[in-house]
Amino acid sequence: MSPKTLYDKIWDAHVAHEAEDGTTLLYIDRHLVHEVTSAQAFEGLRMTNRTVRAPDKTIAVPDHNVPTTPDRVNGIENEEGRIQVAALDTNAKEFGIHYYPMNDIRQGIVHIVGPEQGWTLPGMTVVCGDSHTATHGAFGALAHGIGTSEVEHVLATQTLIQKKSKNMKVEITGKLQPGVTAKDITLAVIGETGTAGGTGYVIEYCGEAIRDLSMEGRMTVCNMAIEGGARAGLIAPDETTFKYVNGRAHAPKGAQWEAAMDWWKTLYTDEGAEFDLVVTLKGEDIQPVVTWGTSPEDVLPITAKVPFPEDFTGGKVDAVKRALDYMGLESGTNLTDIEIDTVFIGSCTNGRIEDLRAVADVVKGKKIKDGMRAMIVPGSGLVRAQAEEEGLGDIFVEAGFEWRLAGCSMCLAMNPDQLSENERCASTSNRNFEGRQGYKGRTHLVSPAMAAAAALTGKLTDVRDLT
Amino acid sequence: MDKFEKLQGIAAPMPLVNIDTDMIIPKVHLKSIKRTGFGKNLFDEMRFNRDGTEIADFVLNKPQYRDADILVAGDNFGCGSSREHAPWAIADFGIKCVISTSFADIFFNNCFKNGILPIVLPQEQVDILMADAEKGANARMTVDLVTQEITTSDGDVIKFDVDAFKKHCLLEGLDDIGLTMEKAASIDTFEEKAAQSRPWV
Repeated sequence: MSPKTLYDKIWDAHVAHEAEDGTTLLYIDRHLVHEVTSAQAFEGLRMTNRTVRAPDKTIAVPDHNVPTTPDRVNGIENEEGRIQVAALDTNAKEFGIHYYPMNDIRQGIVHIVGPEQGWTLPGMTVVCGDSHTATHGAFGALAHGIGTSEVEHVLATQTLIQKKSKNMKVEITGKLQPGVTAKDITLAVIGETGTAGGTGYVIEYCGEAIRDLSMEGRMTVCNMAIEGGARAGLIAPDETTFKYVNGRAHAPKGAQWEAAMDWWKTLYTDEGAEFDLVVTLKGEDIQPVVTWGTSPEDVLPITAKVPFPEDFTGGKVDAVKRALDYMGLESGTNLTDIEIDTVFIGSCTNGRIEDLRAVADVVKGKKIKDGMRAMIVPGSGLVRAQAEEEGLGDIFVEAGFEWRLAGCSMCLAMNPDQLSENERCASTSNRNFEGRQGYKGRTHLVSPAMAAAAALTGKLTDVRDLT
Repeated sequence: MDKFEKLQGIAAPMPLVNIDTDMIIPKVHLKSIKRTGFGKNLFDEMRFNRDGTEIADFVLNKPQYRDADILVAGDNFGCGSSREHAPWAIADFGIKCVISTSFADIFFNNCFKNGILPIVLPQEQVDILMADAEKGANARMTVDLVTQEITTSDGDVIKFDVDAFKKHCLLEGLDDIGLTMEKAASIDTFEEKAAQSRPWV
């Protein structure tokens, strides 16, 4: 048998039907659902008298619209947002799918809840009407975002019509330097490949620096595979993965655990398997990074300066001019001289317990800069509870942060947490697009530690300079 | 779904690279629970000032492109969020074909579910079509899915590739779910086998 990549193995285990031209019905093990991209799909089922084929494999949670302030127990003030969440409440009940409502302690961002509850397991296929479904690839699960028509397709058939992607290997060799995190890895990779560099590929991340990451860090890396244009990102499961999964609410138990482990341990890329593209970065070369523009590929080490449009070629020259104008930045400025109005810490990229610990390490016993607006939004109610148990909540409040309830919040600003015009934000989220965090808002993507450092100094800051 | 066979119409040029789905339809317009009515907010923040007045130099506000049927766009069109509201807005506006050097994967798939034909071509050919689009409303372009040919206003013909299955679905206006349900027996069989081999799923 010819050697296979991890992607090949998971793909092969899920082919329900293959046509002569390679068009495949891929079976879906887990379908995650949130309120913004599902209402039209459920409505489609009703209009065609169809049902949810596998309600036991379908898990829903509201996250995009939910307010993150304590008054949300009284409901959502914004009418359209309220209607959207109410529609999910109704659809979950009517179609009999698993559901974590807004005020359940297990509620949170769908990509944090799935792994936390043990729904996401190695070797699975996982989809969701959300591009950051790539997150679940950290478990060695083939996970990607889909549109609403495909949500309806999966609800009705538990399959997706797919053509296989190409295999890409991203290897991060060696060790990371102090102050460098999973977020810096994933941004550095996008800086290298560009936001279209992964188009048509599934990426497998490997190498010592990836192996050394916790599950939280691996989720951060895979989360932004989509920003590199890839269909999905994968990391082969290992002892770190098994340890994280073991004992979770929906993870297998007893004999089933043993059987699962037997298969999970075969989920790695075989010696000699071929990749269509290989990208290698040295772990020790990666610096703490920050984005300066309006595309996640606009990334530079914090020690660098804002670039000049002439540094680029082709269509990117005009895009950079537009980005610098939008961001209100002058070429040649030190990145560390850029003043920040707001800090947002949270999102499916960096809203897990390890991220909050990293922030606490930087801000413990200190105060954020006067006038700084800084909020920390945990990825789930359970992350919040754990942070409080560890005393992190108190550290944040004493430092001057707003310590919020779980949700997507200012990552995409569909709830009341938004930037105003020209407000400049150091954000641990995943997209710095124009208007992403609020109309004319300006986003600099950073790691949690770097966001914490910016909150203290009021400027983009090299966290390694703080002692 | 509407069928797509042949389209003759006005092509609007948008050479900017990395046009993302937040640009195509900003999140403030994602709160509807319907699939229709998004066209009025297509490219909202590029197209309108906050007070609702038009930004005159945005391409779709120019008289010659207000009724555009085709978009010729810069590289990596449709990157970012999976929101199908993006192709819904494009189709609702009246654009049925987008041409670029590359598209983001999810957006590309979403187009085919909504009667929109996304066409990938090499840079040199996109440059030719961009120049043709820049001539304005009198330069009408033709896109023929059956023959897989684009004809410029000067009569130049450019061939394009399209996945055979996706082409078939667009030409016939087929509903994917209906097609898949015809293969229900295969899905049943798969589930029975998987229940044995991976019972924990």
